[in-house]
Amino acid sequence: MDRKIALVACFAFGVVMFAQYFSAHPVAHQVNQAVLEYWQIIFAFALVLGVVGFCQTNVTQVRKGHDRPYRMAALAGFVAMPLLATFWGIKAGSPFLWMFENVQAPMQSTVFALLAFFVASASFRGFRARSVPATILLASALLILLSRTWIPGSMSNWLPDAADWIRNNPSMAARRAILIGIGLGSLTTSLRVIVGIERTWLGGGK
Amino acid sequence: MTSRLLAAVHLCHFIAAIAATVSDPQWFDTARLPTLIAALVAIVIVIYTTYHGSTRDKFTVRRIAGLEAVEEAIGRATEMARPLLYTPGWGGDIQRPTTIASMNILSQVAAKTAQYDCRLVYPTHDPVIMAVAQEVVKSSYLHAGYPDRYRPDDIAYVTSSQFGYAAAVDGMITRLKPASIFLLGTFEAESLILAETGNSVGAIQIAGTDSTIQLAFFIVACDYTLIGEELFAASGYLSGDRSILASVRAQDIMKVIIGLFLIVAGVLATIGALYGMALSGWWGF
Repeated sequence: MDRKIALVACFAFGVVMFAQYFSAHPVAHQVNQAVLEYWQIIFAFALVLGVVGFCQTNVTQVRKGHDRPYRMAALAGFVAMPLLATFWGIKAGSPFLWMFENVQAPMQSTVFALLAFFVASASFRGFRARSVPATILLASALLILLSRTWIPGSMSNWLPDAADWIRNNPSMAARRAILIGIGLGSLTTSLRVIVGIERTWLGGGK
Repeated sequence: MTSRLLAAVHLCHFIAAIAATVSDPQWFDTARLPTLIAALVAIVIVIYTTYHGSTRDKFTVRRIAGLEAVEEAIGRATEMARPLLYTPGWGGDIQRPTTIASMNILSQVAAKTAQYDCRLVYPTHDPVIMAVAQEVVKSSYLHAGYPDRYRPDDIAYVTSSQFGYAAAVDGMITRLKPASIFLLGTFEAESLILAETGNSVGAIQIAGTDSTIQLAFFIVACDYTLIGEELFAASGYLSGDRSILASVRAQDIMKVIIGLFLIVAGVLATIGALYGMALSGWWGF
């Protein structure tokens, strides 16, 4: 019975949200806003669930001695940041903001900076002229890389023009073909969920 | 009395005039009519292929290397006695069709890991996704007949921060050294960080996303990549469910229609450009 309620609710909301997209009436706009607000409420409850799960998992693993330093660091941050915000606020010069600017933000930047090294290592593996298509890919990549340096400006405009042509024609054509596939896949997946053919999100079954 | 009646009539005329000048809000947005027509055509095709018996008789799905490798990836993790890591990326939430498609694949993967007694680790950035994934994996273990092998702690919310999530998953990959990694969902800048870390520990990697920018990274860094609609066809491909495969056929029919539209529009636009004719019209979409 509870599964049927979920399926009916999914169908009803799917149809309503589909219909409201094609309406310019303020009522349709209000319906959309109301649904989005309810989504925020659901998210807030789920966040509590996630945070409780996070704490339980980490505390259990610390007790078992699995990855203890990492898990203790995660728990310390989880406890410290809300406490600092509660007792000293989040205004300029507060310990919370200091921690955010000097600990959290640099750590995030560090992880992001790893991307530069990974781009280099992935390019090294990917751009190898093992076959004709791979050679074309390598040549195209070199052309586009060179077009972004100081060299083309000092020589002529053919290099930037060729790079633009590659990006706007063959590259864009392939990208659009993939996007059409993704769009159609999204549409059929959504329809399967709304109509109730796809029930994995309910745990599968008939 | 007559003057009062006249005044009332004048008042009514005045109110009617004001009402006439204030336009009624439109229930239907005419600017979205082409989208509505396209959507209705698509819905009719999907429903026809799904529920009409004759169109469901035989399905031949072309071989998709990335999906053929799913069994191999799970078998490898089982043989090496190492876990399998599955993550849906940072970019999506549960409303996104890509996340739903990823859940469908997770269901099939979890059924196999339950059967082979292989550990499945699922870190995510979204608590709602975590709750749904727990339910999906639990059900798969139950349907496979091994509910006792389900470990709720392994399907965990790590953080909502993008690079915090990337660091957490990277840490798991480095410490657990999973034999197989599934990167299926919506990924952003973290895609290459995760894929390269997975590559560094020697894991077999199957990836798929709806972001064309991140697809390029996955193609380079992963062993198998599901491109475009392959990600959405995966659940039908893996489960063999005829209703789901029917909707994949609907996708193919729609692709043929779109292709024909593009050819006709291209020919008309070329004729217009060659002969200087003002043929601009519906293909402007």
